[in-house]
Amino acid sequence: MEMMPAEAHDRREGGTQSFKLRLRRYDPESGEAPYWDEHTVELEPHRSVLEAVLQARDRFDGSIGIRCSCRQAICGSCGVRVNGEPALACHTHLDAALSSSGDGVIEIEPMGNMPVLKDLIVDMDAVHWKKVQRVTPWLLAKQPVPEREYIVSKESMVDVTQTMACIQCGACVSDCLAMEVDPGFIGPAALAKAYRFVGDPRDAEQYERLNDLAQDPQGIFDCTHCFKCVEACPKDVNPMGQIMRLRRIATSDHGIVDQNNGQRHEAAFTGLIRDYGLNHEAELLPRSYGGPSWFGKFHPAAGKELLSSLPVIVKGVLRRKVSPKLAIFGHKIPAADLKAVRTIYDKVEGREQRYELNLYIAGEDEQPEPAIVAAPEGESVAESSPEGSNR
Amino acid sequence: MPAHDVLIIGAGLAGQRAALAAAQNGASVAIMSKVHPVRSHSVAAAGGINAAISVDDDWRSHAYDTVKGSDFLGDQDAIEIMCSEAPQEVMHLEHMGVTFHRNEKGEMDLRAFGGASMKRTAYVADITGQALLHVLYEQLMKHHETVERYEEWFTTSLLKDDAGRCCGVIARDVRSGRMEAFDAKNVILACGGAGQAYKPTTNGLIVTGDGIAMAYRAGAPLMDMEMVQYHPTCLVETGILITEGARGEGAHLLNANGERFMEKSAPNKMELASRDVVSRAEQIEIDEGRGVGPNGAGILLDVTVVPRKRTLEALREIVNLGRDFAGVDITREPIMIRPGQHYIMGGVKTDVDGRTPIEGLYAAGEVACVSVHGGNRLGANSLLDTLIFGRRAGEHAAARAASMGRPKPDSRTRLQEDAERIDAIVARPHEGRRVSEIKAELGETMNEHAAVFRDEAGLTEARETIARLKEEAAKAWIDDRGTVFNQDVLGAIELGFMVDCAEATVLAALERKESRGAQFRTDHPERDDEQWLKHIDVTLDGEDPAHPKVSYSPVTITQWQPEERKY
Repeated sequence: MEMMPAEAHDRREGGTQSFKLRLRRYDPESGEAPYWDEHTVELEPHRSVLEAVLQARDRFDGSIGIRCSCRQAICGSCGVRVNGEPALACHTHLDAALSSSGDGVIEIEPMGNMPVLKDLIVDMDAVHWKKVQRVTPWLLAKQPVPEREYIVSKESMVDVTQTMACIQCGACVSDCLAMEVDPGFIGPAALAKAYRFVGDPRDAEQYERLNDLAQDPQGIFDCTHCFKCVEACPKDVNPMGQIMRLRRIATSDHGIVDQNNGQRHEAAFTGLIRDYGLNHEAELLPRSYGGPSWFGKFHPAAGKELLSSLPVIVKGVLRRKVSPKLAIFGHKIPAADLKAVRTIYDKVEGREQRYELNLYIAGEDEQPEPAIVAAPEGESVAESSPEGSNR
Repeated sequence: MPAHDVLIIGAGLAGQRAALAAAQNGASVAIMSKVHPVRSHSVAAAGGINAAISVDDDWRSHAYDTVKGSDFLGDQDAIEIMCSEAPQEVMHLEHMGVTFHRNEKGEMDLRAFGGASMKRTAYVADITGQALLHVLYEQLMKHHETVERYEEWFTTSLLKDDAGRCCGVIARDVRSGRMEAFDAKNVILACGGAGQAYKPTTNGLIVTGDGIAMAYRAGAPLMDMEMVQYHPTCLVETGILITEGARGEGAHLLNANGERFMEKSAPNKMELASRDVVSRAEQIEIDEGRGVGPNGAGILLDVTVVPRKRTLEALREIVNLGRDFAGVDITREPIMIRPGQHYIMGGVKTDVDGRTPIEGLYAAGEVACVSVHGGNRLGANSLLDTLIFGRRAGEHAAARAASMGRPKPDSRTRLQEDAERIDAIVARPHEGRRVSEIKAELGETMNEHAAVFRDEAGLTEARETIARLKEEAAKAWIDDRGTVFNQDVLGAIELGFMVDCAEATVLAALERKESRGAQFRTDHPERDDEQWLKHIDVTLDGEDPAHPKVSYSPVTITQWQPEERKY
């Protein structure tokens, strides 16, 4: 049904339309498998999916289970999947949900990666909160504690406010691909929480926190960079971006070399692109283990890894995903392009201070001049605060 | 059976602060909440927290502003305590890790807020409540060995022993449906207000007056219940709150003629007069036909006069709210708002240590009435109230616990009764009305008759409607027959709580035949200090529950005599 302009003008008087909902239901007491339940509600198209679920609950079936409270995307209760994508139900408009639905029915399911307790309610304690507790989620304040507030830069506080803005809704956890493969991965929400302390100049244990998260095989280097959490987050916390910042501070500022080979792997990547302009897959593995030197190729761990990867490599060659020539000699790009790549490297690495993008300051992506803040200082850089300790 | 020295009901700011304070003072502590603590409605407080921390400020100035804001109904001894302890409390929070916004010198920055004579509101962008709540929860996780947490446990009633002392609660594990009696030397109610008795409201769906109603049923007096705050800037359609911080940063209010109408009622403070004053001024514009939008029911809030970069940095949340819930880019165009139910100044009567007249029962935060807000709360004083009196209640309860033996209530009988009561709700036949219908009628009734402007006729009608709804609520039917996350049955219990709160509000509003603070009686438009400079207490008489008792208690005045209120 098209909304008439007159109705659009006076939303309160009319402009409602029918929306079909398909809810994933599960009653743990029934002994039966989850099933689909359909309801039709009447609402204006700019109303939320949560309002639709609540209307179905109020009018047709009071037993529909969903956690919710604030209706304004701040309490973080109503994380669900709408048409297969994680979202806050209160933060998803019906018209948008309708257009992303496959068959004109808005499909609402519980979040993923967490056990379902009933209908749309998942067990966040078993997964999300357990992971949050893993990252020592409280400030380990620098001593001595000042009489008044800690004197810290304005930028540093606004910077950690971006992660402070996380409402613990679980949307990022729901669709974390790395967690799907490795349920032990600390995950996007908890690592964003970790940044909230690592980036806080009042915290005394930046190095210890980072070393802990870098050495953990399920820590910061377990993220596969898939951007799912960035898309899922309703509060622009940018969890993956925070994980990458944790990596940069761990490796560049503290020189932490982790047992998971994460630091060397990243160094190999950036090194290869500087050298070739594009990734050179055959070199990546040896360099990740043995470093950029020619002899590094013969690092025993690299050989072992190479051996175990052989079937994949052979398959790749057989299916013509890789040509033997390309695999051995790598990509070649025009000399001018390669020079341009290296100019970028020189410029970025030549800066005295690393720049980090902070959405919380910059506002929307399309802002003409995104604000840029300097990277928070590593603990090796002395704080200018008078009571700053030596730690 | 679980037993604790101090059992806290509600895990918002007041509850969590009480739990930490009680644990620090050596008590065995448990905190119970019907939702996960970070879902508590404190999370939605946006603008900030008041404290005279600036070197140019003095807590007495903060106290005077609060007294004046309360329209002289606030108890000045309690206000003095709150305002004088505020700077230390805010520093404590900063040390715990709250990421307060800084100025160029790296000190805490302060923003302007309504009714304040200078900038004294510390803030974290416009997510101050969220930042505070999450940082306190960090501390609860840190102190998990000394503070036990019962998350997603719904309290159904308070336990009293033969001597009339409160000594525990009955609660239901929302996850499993299991009922349990909890013994406690002291119970601290910290479970918030009753905004859901209104429709629309800025309050979350969980804010259903549970603590107020449970205390009321246990015989505790409710004070200042007629004082219901309408926040001046709520989205017209959904009632979602736009923080006062917007006006603190300089935003204007405009009527349909583009006039800054606050000139008329508050020529000095303009948009930053106290909330009751601004809401009334808006309502007058709307009622006299100078509103905007559908039915002329809105007012324009113009944030475009605030520098765009400042808006994106310090008011980011409302930029998002405007975009997502009203389709408006507030940095480019004005947004339509109106007054909406936001806060109840009244609640369970307590002293400055959170003690209610029932021994062993404490209350802190919105559930309580100390009274520091009197007839009207100043913006950014509610977070302060929760923390100061949450802490004081926790400390006092811990000290009391140390000097007493374990009480022996007959909890088994009560447990049985509550379990049967819930079973009976589940088993109700599908006759009469659904819970959701009754709730909607209750909310609409309150919003019509117990709102910004009130009169005898409307309030009387509301009282009759509520009496009918009370009967209907006692028979309302539900669908869910299960035990795991049976939110339906909890909704029926909550409806009963809300009806009780509404009853007390309407009764007190009828009683107060004057206009003071948030109570404006069109049939008694003047403030009348001679007759009404006193609190109204509503108490449920066990003998005759159909007729709650109304009585009065004096207002404590220390250094500020009532005077005419001008902004």
